Amino acid sequence: MALEKKILELQKRRELASMGGGEKAIEKQVAMGKLTARDRINAILDIDSFHEYDMFVQHDARDFGMDKKELHGDGVITGTGTFNGKPISIFAQDFTVVGGSLGRMHAGKITKIMDHALKMRMPLIGINDSGGARIQEGVNSLAGYGEIFFRNTLNSGVIPQISVILGPCAGGAVYSPALTDFVFVVDNISKMFITGPEVIKSVLGEEISQEDLGGARVHAEITGNAHFFAKSEIECFEQIIKLLSFVPWHNGVKSTKIETKEPRSEYKIDNIIPDDPKMPYDVRDIIRAIVDDSDFLEIQELWAANAVIGFGRINGETVGFVANQPLVLAGVLDVDSSDKIARFIRYCDAFNIPLVTLVDLPGYLPGIDQEHAGVIRHGAKILYSYSEATVPKVSIILRKAYGGGYIAMNSRHLRADFVFAWPGAEIAVMGPEGAANIIFRKEISEAADPEAMRKEKVKEYSEKFANPFVAASKGYIDSVIEPLETRKYIMHAIEVSENKDAGMPRKKHGIPPF
Amino acid sequence: MEKKENELPTEFKTLSIWDREYKTNFTKKFEKRKPYIAVDPLKVYSFLPGTIQKIIVKEGQQVKKGEPMLILESMKMMNIVCVPIDGKVKSINVKVGDNIPKNHLIIEFE
Repeated sequence: MALEKKILELQKRRELASMGGGEKAIEKQVAMGKLTARDRINAILDIDSFHEYDMFVQHDARDFGMDKKELHGDGVITGTGTFNGKPISIFAQDFTVVGGSLGRMHAGKITKIMDHALKMRMPLIGINDSGGARIQEGVNSLAGYGEIFFRNTLNSGVIPQISVILGPCAGGAVYSPALTDFVFVVDNISKMFITGPEVIKSVLGEEISQEDLGGARVHAEITGNAHFFAKSEIECFEQIIKLLSFVPWHNGVKSTKIETKEPRSEYKIDNIIPDDPKMPYDVRDIIRAIVDDSDFLEIQELWAANAVIGFGRINGETVGFVANQPLVLAGVLDVDSSDKIARFIRYCDAFNIPLVTLVDLPGYLPGIDQEHAGVIRHGAKILYSYSEATVPKVSIILRKAYGGGYIAMNSRHLRADFVFAWPGAEIAVMGPEGAANIIFRKEISEAADPEAMRKEKVKEYSEKFANPFVAASKGYIDSVIEPLETRKYIMHAIEVSENKDAGMPRKKHGIPPF
Repeated sequence: MEKKENELPTEFKTLSIWDREYKTNFTKKFEKRKPYIAVDPLKVYSFLPGTIQKIIVKEGQQVKKGEPMLILESMKMMNIVCVPIDGKVKSINVKVGDNIPKNHLIIEFE
């Protein structure tokens, strides 16, 4: 009988705690188009799988009247659950409790679940919706952030870490998402910045809205901080679920193999590239013509769109795709696309995901702005990442591969395991026009009809070098293949790389051109 | 299944690389890139937005490189801006109390 009473007491306490900041605060949250922290967790995890911990944690701040305030769960909900039956850990900041502000105990709950995630080798999802540091707690709050950043770094490359920005995430708080693998943002809801509009106005006199400074679109299109952009929270959860279906659960395993399906028939791989080498096409159609069920999940779709990265499956297993996109800036490499590609390669390498690279690029983007923005340093990141990656690496040269771009895009020379080229591939230091203008400068300028001579020399150079057989004659390309054979060749290349041992030298770590 | 925005547009821009003109689309960032302007040592622009607190030099005055020429309050600091070259002050385009943006022409020398 006594126990029954105590159970009733527990139920009462649970009910109270699960109301977070109370009915009014929840109403306000919903009015902003936002879900509550618990609803967000339940929208991602398997139904009824969430188990909450530290529900009764209380803050211990004594100053500024904080000793009289009881904050349910200290403004954050933490726990574990399952996703497709596999274990997963999650925390969600509760904006209804003092604006989800981060104090010592709040941070302690987060670091506890992060430690669990690492120990149990399961992914960690962090839902950010917080006004920032709990100022009343002073340096304890800063200490909390630091402990979180340290664990983000420790967990990096061991377990997948996903950040979901569903509210404000300002000041130091932004660095936890920045250290994680994938950041999800929602239009009009996510706000991320180091210093907000008020501070910028008081210090610099410049006025800008929160949305224009660090809204979802800014991070999805301009900064590249965000990897997935959604128009609503529901769409965002669908994207998270989709991503989780692709990623391996930790760095000691491969992705979960599912039943393989042929690409859908509407994607005809031999009918996508136009005959005119100057005309663009959407390289994502080629990827869809290669992957299982034509199911391709693009990452950072809106940022540096001249490169395409994302996940698909081949033979039922996850493969990371890197491709030049002729549809945008002719598919050139530049500062942003180098950054985008290099980081993705490292993700795939850390989590045992084979890499497939589709090459069709005119080279690096010429320009004073590019040189001054450090295209040397950023471009070097691609060379570093490909060279360092020990997962199976397959390249398909679809059309042109010129100059430094040829080397950078997972060439044989950076230890690609297999390099295949389509019959229309052109591998050269530069395109025929530029090369002819340099090599035959004298002949062209001295000819009676320089224009006719130029055309003739361009044609001569094209015929001699604009084909895959020069590179194939040196063994730089393993096979020249028909477009329709692409999927078969990739499948086989990954199959035979099953027990790959790249034999890299021992080191503490390298020094990539960050 | 396919989203509308993924469909190929019919009109393309031209990007010329190594004498070949590629048909493609531009990114917003590429379209908004600013043309490079060579640095003119005779013109001093503000490197931060702020308020002009004091003007030390006068128009027509002979000045030496390194001399203080004005004080710009910015980032909650009094920044002493120095003369970049030996020469003569041609024109002063601000007055005390002016709130100026970044890249505003402050002083010209000759």
